Amino acid sequence: MKTGKGLAVVAAALAGVVALSACGGGEAKDTGPASLRMTVWSANEAHLKLFNEIADEYRKSHPNVAEIKFDPIPFETYTTTLTTQIAGGNAPDLAWVLENSAPDFVASGALLPLDDTIKKAEGYRYDDLSPATLKLWQNDGKLYAYPFSTSPFGVFVNTDLIKKAGQKTPAELMAAGQWNWENALATASATQQATGKAGLVIRDFDYKTWDNLASFWTGWGAQAWSADGKSCGFASPEMVEAMTTLHKAIFTAKALPGPGTTADFFAGDAAMTITQISRASLLKDDGFAWDLVPLPAGPKGPYSVIGQAGLGVMKKSRHADVAADFLAFFTNPTNSAKLAQFFPPPRQSLLTAENLAKTNPKLKPEQLQKVVIEGITNGVVKPTHAGQAELSQQVRAGLDPLWKPDADVKAVLDGVCAKIQPLLAK
Amino acid sequence: MTRTDTRVGPVEARPALGPARPFWTSRRRDQLTGYLFVTPQLLGSVVFVILPLILVVWYSLHEWNVLAGTFDFVGTDNYRALAADPNLGAVLRATGLFSVGLVVLNLGLALLLAVLLNQKLRGTILFRTVFFSPVVVSLVAWTIVWGFLLQDNGGVNGLLDTMGVDGPNWLRGEGTAMLSVIVVQAFKNVGLNMVLFLAALQGVPAELYEAAEMDGASRMRQFRRITVPLISPTILLTSIITVVGSLQVFAQIAVLTQGGPGASTTVLVYYLYQQAFQFHHFGYGATLSIMLFVIVLALTVLQWQMRKRWVFHES
Repeated sequence: MKTGKGLAVVAAALAGVVALSACGGGEAKDTGPASLRMTVWSANEAHLKLFNEIADEYRKSHPNVAEIKFDPIPFETYTTTLTTQIAGGNAPDLAWVLENSAPDFVASGALLPLDDTIKKAEGYRYDDLSPATLKLWQNDGKLYAYPFSTSPFGVFVNTDLIKKAGQKTPAELMAAGQWNWENALATASATQQATGKAGLVIRDFDYKTWDNLASFWTGWGAQAWSADGKSCGFASPEMVEAMTTLHKAIFTAKALPGPGTTADFFAGDAAMTITQISRASLLKDDGFAWDLVPLPAGPKGPYSVIGQAGLGVMKKSRHADVAADFLAFFTNPTNSAKLAQFFPPPRQSLLTAENLAKTNPKLKPEQLQKVVIEGITNGVVKPTHAGQAELSQQVRAGLDPLWKPDADVKAVLDGVCAKIQPLLAK
Repeated sequence: MTRTDTRVGPVEARPALGPARPFWTSRRRDQLTGYLFVTPQLLGSVVFVILPLILVVWYSLHEWNVLAGTFDFVGTDNYRALAADPNLGAVLRATGLFSVGLVVLNLGLALLLAVLLNQKLRGTILFRTVFFSPVVVSLVAWTIVWGFLLQDNGGVNGLLDTMGVDGPNWLRGEGTAMLSVIVVQAFKNVGLNMVLFLAALQGVPAELYEAAEMDGASRMRQFRRITVPLISPTILLTSIITVVGSLQVFAQIAVLTQGGPGASTTVLVYYLYQQAFQFHHFGYGATLSIMLFVIVLALTVLQWQMRKRWVFHES
């Protein structure tokens, strides 16, 4: 009898814990003063300073909000950490969502629909948002995350290093109508040989984050998968040609640092880097002379690739309504203009070189026009797909044999398709 | 209000009782003290070991979509998926390779160092400290530093270059990546096993060596016939600790190789992490962790049973 009672107590305790764990907690709405937490990928001081300034401004007119905290999570583990927080019942109130996990977050119902709140917000001008930038973040006609940053990839150039190597700068090549991948890689290779520094770095790629290579292969008209997401594109002739060029650039011309070799452009270790303008904050005032130019033209002509990040409210937030209201304030026309210095906004009215120049003192209007505005207008978004984490892992493992000097490019790319086609077909 | 006895019939005479014994006898006090001492550990075991274990079994019977917030009972579906998982063979091979490599390298090196540093020579204390110091260093910091050293243009290849050797790209080659992870982990913990072996070696009576020498036994024979049998309980302990630790390796893989190149360093715990936290298959991740638990338990029991064959003076 005693044993039976003991078991009953343990079972009851277990049931309680299981129920709590399964629910993940945090579903109960809290009516007290709100403390909001927003996860972000950046720990950059300049970014956080601006975020906090906007949050302080909001709190002045909203005494019901006790605190707004920005919680930086390293970029490399951002989505995994965010998911773990959600699983552990510690979901943030607002979350920055990277484009590669947008389909999963938007379709899952994890995020609160934002239309009603932001359309009603005073002076918000919802119609000002470029419809093209909203596509990735909509489901069944509802907006689940605000496309906070729509940032085209460009090429930052260390002009000191290129001149030291006796090469024409990308600006000079552009003026001569010769800014294409052939010349860009030749410049990178020559600079590497002359200076011993790296030629061109595709930032954050590191032979693992392969979706950043879209900034390269799109110039050949290649795609990771078809527009409907059903067919693999890695074995296409365009992709084989692009990856063959890249392979030669790495292992023959040494235009890019090889696998296992790191070089930080912003520390002066490389002639050029492909990245987004939000990284301009890493440039030091007393550093080297630099320039920002669009991606070189590929065999299929000029092109642009965009990385996007959305800002959403977690449905499980205890203060979801307050969080949505803060999101509307954070992204209203006034604050979007401030944030535009790092994160190009989806607002059409702000996407003029004149406007962006006001908040981007480091960038010239012509740079903003060519790289940012024309990039957003003509660009394609990096590859995104439902279940992208699993797909990414398979592509990464499939591409690993490519990063050897004697790789058979076509065979490796066929192997990638063999790995991911079953996942795409699901 | 007082209660009255309402029972009908003759009241049974109670046996005569002696003087009431005090409740707080010294025996009871000792028992309570004992229970109080073990309570924190007992609570810790229940809350942090037994309960999570039961929960993991429970989760393995469910499909848990964290983003959608759904938690559906699927019975043994995850176990059937485990049996049919095409990646599992490669994962178990990588896990086995890592475990065998680590156990051989770590225990071999630890024993060699312990024997060398058990000599009465100047400087042995300094060397003992040097070899033990990685044990107290943060695992992630240690691994990050090794990550830099093992890069293509890193310190290890720089050193090889000065000797005229063109080193491989350690973390990018399918064979060298696993070797690198094993070496990094072995160097991290070799000091701990070395200290345990040193303590055991110092417990071996010197007279046995003196007698063996008088009988003309070589140093190697003394080592095999005297040292190894007498320190065999410590060898058993270190091998159990090292085998269990090797099956749970994660941080080194996450920092150094992320399971690559290909899937050559995707060991079981890293695969479990990928399934649960990257691909959001939490139910399947729980199933993998049950399998890991069973493997660790089986190997530990096996080692414990095997002790009867080779552990000397095992009581």
